[in-house]
Amino acid sequence: MTDFVKPSIDYFELSPLLVVFAVACLGVVVEAFFPRALRYRAQVVVALVGLVAALVGVVLVARAVTTYDDGAARGVLAVGGTVAVDGPSLFIWGLVLALAIAGVLLFAERHLDGGVSAFAGQAAAVPGTDAESASIAAHREHTEIYPLMMFAVFGMMLFPAANDLLTMFVGLEVLSLPLYLLSGLARRRRLLSQEAALKYFLLGAFSSGFFLYGAALLYGYAGSMDFAAINEAVRNDVGSSSLLLIGTGLLSVGLLFKVGAVPFQAWTPDVYQGAPTPVVAFMAAGTKVAAFGALLRLFYVALGADRWSWQPMLWIIAILSMFVGTILAMTQSDIKRLLAYSSVAHTGFILVGVIGLQTSDQLADGEITSLQAVLFYLATYGFATIGAFAVVSLVRDSGGETTALARWAGLGKESPVVAAVFAFFLLALAGIPLTAGFVGKLAVFSAALAAGAWPVVVAAIAASILAVALYVRVIKVMFFDEPVGEGPSVTYPSVLTATTIAVGAVVTLVLGIVPGPVLDLAAVAGEFIR
Amino acid sequence: MMLTVLILVPLVGALAVAFVPRAQVRPVGLAFGLASLAYGLLVASRYDVDGGMQMTETHTWIEAMGVHYALGLDGLGLMMVLLTVAIVPPVMLASWKESESPEGRGARSFFAWVLALEAMSLAVYTATDVLLFYVVFEATLIPAYFLIGGFGRSGRGRAATKFLIYQLAGGLILLASVIGLYVVSADAGNPSFLISDLAALDIDPVTQRWLFVGFFVAFAIKAPIFPFHTWLADTSEKATPSTSVLLVCVLDKIGTFGMLRFCLGLLPDASQWATPVVVVLALISIVYGALIAIGQDDVLRLIGLTSLSHFGFIVLGIFVFNATGGTGAILYMVNHGIATALMFLVAGFLINRTGTTLISQMGGVEKHAPILAGSFLIGGLAACGLPGLSPFVSEVMVIIAAFDHHWLVGSVAVLAIVLAAIYALWMYQRTMTGADRTGVAPVADLDRREVGIVAPLVLALVLFGFFPMPLLDVINPFVHDSLTSVGISLEGGPQ
Repeated sequence: MTDFVKPSIDYFELSPLLVVFAVACLGVVVEAFFPRALRYRAQVVVALVGLVAALVGVVLVARAVTTYDDGAARGVLAVGGTVAVDGPSLFIWGLVLALAIAGVLLFAERHLDGGVSAFAGQAAAVPGTDAESASIAAHREHTEIYPLMMFAVFGMMLFPAANDLLTMFVGLEVLSLPLYLLSGLARRRRLLSQEAALKYFLLGAFSSGFFLYGAALLYGYAGSMDFAAINEAVRNDVGSSSLLLIGTGLLSVGLLFKVGAVPFQAWTPDVYQGAPTPVVAFMAAGTKVAAFGALLRLFYVALGADRWSWQPMLWIIAILSMFVGTILAMTQSDIKRLLAYSSVAHTGFILVGVIGLQTSDQLADGEITSLQAVLFYLATYGFATIGAFAVVSLVRDSGGETTALARWAGLGKESPVVAAVFAFFLLALAGIPLTAGFVGKLAVFSAALAAGAWPVVVAAIAASILAVALYVRVIKVMFFDEPVGEGPSVTYPSVLTATTIAVGAVVTLVLGIVPGPVLDLAAVAGEFIR
Repeated sequence: MMLTVLILVPLVGALAVAFVPRAQVRPVGLAFGLASLAYGLLVASRYDVDGGMQMTETHTWIEAMGVHYALGLDGLGLMMVLLTVAIVPPVMLASWKESESPEGRGARSFFAWVLALEAMSLAVYTATDVLLFYVVFEATLIPAYFLIGGFGRSGRGRAATKFLIYQLAGGLILLASVIGLYVVSADAGNPSFLISDLAALDIDPVTQRWLFVGFFVAFAIKAPIFPFHTWLADTSEKATPSTSVLLVCVLDKIGTFGMLRFCLGLLPDASQWATPVVVVLALISIVYGALIAIGQDDVLRLIGLTSLSHFGFIVLGIFVFNATGGTGAILYMVNHGIATALMFLVAGFLINRTGTTLISQMGGVEKHAPILAGSFLIGGLAACGLPGLSPFVSEVMVIIAAFDHHWLVGSVAVLAIVLAAIYALWMYQRTMTGADRTGVAPVADLDRREVGIVAPLVLALVLFGFFPMPLLDVINPFVHDSLTSVGISLEGGPQ
């Protein structure tokens, strides 16, 4: 029997993670002890300060971490090897935190709906009852959303940094549960929102079950939850390969559900449509970044030696995601559902980059690596998405947001600036040059083509052509179609949403023109550590 | 820095137009258009005809992917730059009044988009890095989209969307080949997008063919060549004539420019491999374009479709692989630009006066508006290759080259001269001659502004018809260099 060894916790390296967790807990305390009138301000300040502090922490840690073990990559294995603080982790942490700051700004917006936030006044009040009317009359609002969001951010940071299957599962759950709740909290169209939350929760719970089962099987195969140990086992080909294959498959289900890849995409349109738009903006950007971080770590670190078994699967899923996402998006008449399917298509594009895994000796000096490409793509996608959803929250009528695409006709005349900004985000999502989306696509396609995955790249190009038709159609509706009825109206937001949109647009433009620094940052992030 | 400034002048102009007071929009826009022209002429005066690629500047842009901001000018580029800067001021003048109409969305966006389009086109013609080329190639589409969709006749939104989807689809196919080139260069140990680096690579034939297909399809959509031409008719019908001039005379030349620069320059073996197919497509374009042009009743659609025939000639000249053809093709690009601009602009003046675009509803213009009719006739005669006007020179060169290539190719190409005479003269006859239209006031002749627009174009057609030498002096060294690098012997050259 081995003695229990107290794990050493590297407080400095984990500081960003710990700060976010502490802020989440602090938010709960604020909720309990602050008078109602002060809670909104206090929660927003606590959340923003916490996130900024964590972001500073990420920068400090990134400057301080030294080379790990064999010297190929930099980083630290913390808490007894369960959390890997390495370049990719830090890059994703920084990205998630930046997106979360933008998300908090959207959460805190109270200008658009007559002085209240986009969240239900009292979630417990059944829609259509007196209790609901009373809560609306009293201008109540839930301020628990901020600590919930902080827990989700904590999960989003733990998930991609997890270095064993169990920690990864914990990260997955911590990230998911608050999001299920947040999805059901819309102020308007509450039944739709609650339906979305229930669907998301049920399907999410299933997928977590798959993940856990896969983790168990992989443990049975390798005799360890640890990624390094699994990698060793795969290399030395110990144990039964069927356990490995089934385990890999089940884990993939869990992860691919989170990133919204076909055939696990069914929840995306409903959730994106029903959930409050600020939640969608934050979730669409943040979850995708975190889940791809985890996916990359699992496939590259634990299962990298077995890539001949999982690469074909990802080929097919990537192609399916791109086509199904794009084609279904073309048939949508609701802008949020359209963006949901477009996010499925983008999952496919990112997977194209994941497929491009090559070992460093196969790459020319200075050639772009698959990890670098995917990290960059995630950054471009995250900011364009959060910006696009923020714009969606501005276009409203008396019943709240107007998400029917037909009602957006003539937006270009009504409000040229808002329409132009949205068109810019769409062009970025379409991957038109001089936007960040183009460089992202260029990067992932290059990585995949260099790895010889030319059929996937050809499919990706074909899907991109379809996607262009999709986005151009929306631009046409906004600029060249005549408005029907009273036409769309744009509510001018407070500085909070305006900041988020401006940051999204500026980042998307700057990364399109001078992508060098972020690409370099992704290159400096280097490799995963084991 | 000369070329960067060349691009910056119209770009700054576009921004300036966007912010100056309303009354100053058009003068400021025109001033920047004229400044670009003057600066373009200055660049041309510094150009050394035997200097190869010159005025180069190279800066690293995206180090992680070997992308450079690299510009340079050679004979081909200079021709296109001069065409671009020369076409823009007449286009602006021609839209002086129309751009204020309530249908359109004001002079401000028209002048700003035109200048933005000019800047991006100049960047396309001077880029010497494949990715930079690609980026500005795609960037030209956004101004073009808003010019088509914002100004012109009803149905323009749909035409603009069709245009953009077609062009972006072509662009994405091009992207596949651009990335392919990058991967090839990375496999060779030096990931780079610089044309000079890529030209030095020895790409294996099979890869070359795949890359060629991507480049060619993209440029064939752009140019356009049969069967990728269907966007052209709709676009030229719905857009304003001024926009069509920019599209057909400047933007579409990127297609044939790209074929010369990339297909021949980087993938010579594959270009020769593909010659039979390309020549056949070019011949179909020549004949088919002329035939369907004859059948059109919409004057703008007709002029647009004649360009299909002309682009067939240009592509034919490029892909017959001899010096006469190459020189003829490049000269053709310039001449076609001038002649088609004249036709479109005069047709625009005519439409403003008659209030219809349908040929069947026009007639009797000749008697009342001799200058208008005369300049329309000159444009039409130029299009069908009348000796003494500049397109004649280039058309004859391409046809000689086609006969050199194969007698059958030459004889099909010759057909086009007959067909061109039919569409040009018959259009003239139906629109300008005959009895007056009943119940409509007679058409007024061109005013001073319009004469000022038309006169330089007519002058250029006549001048280069008799003295093509200044142009040939610039083009010949380029064709010589590029054909030698492809490995073609240069017997039978024009000199």
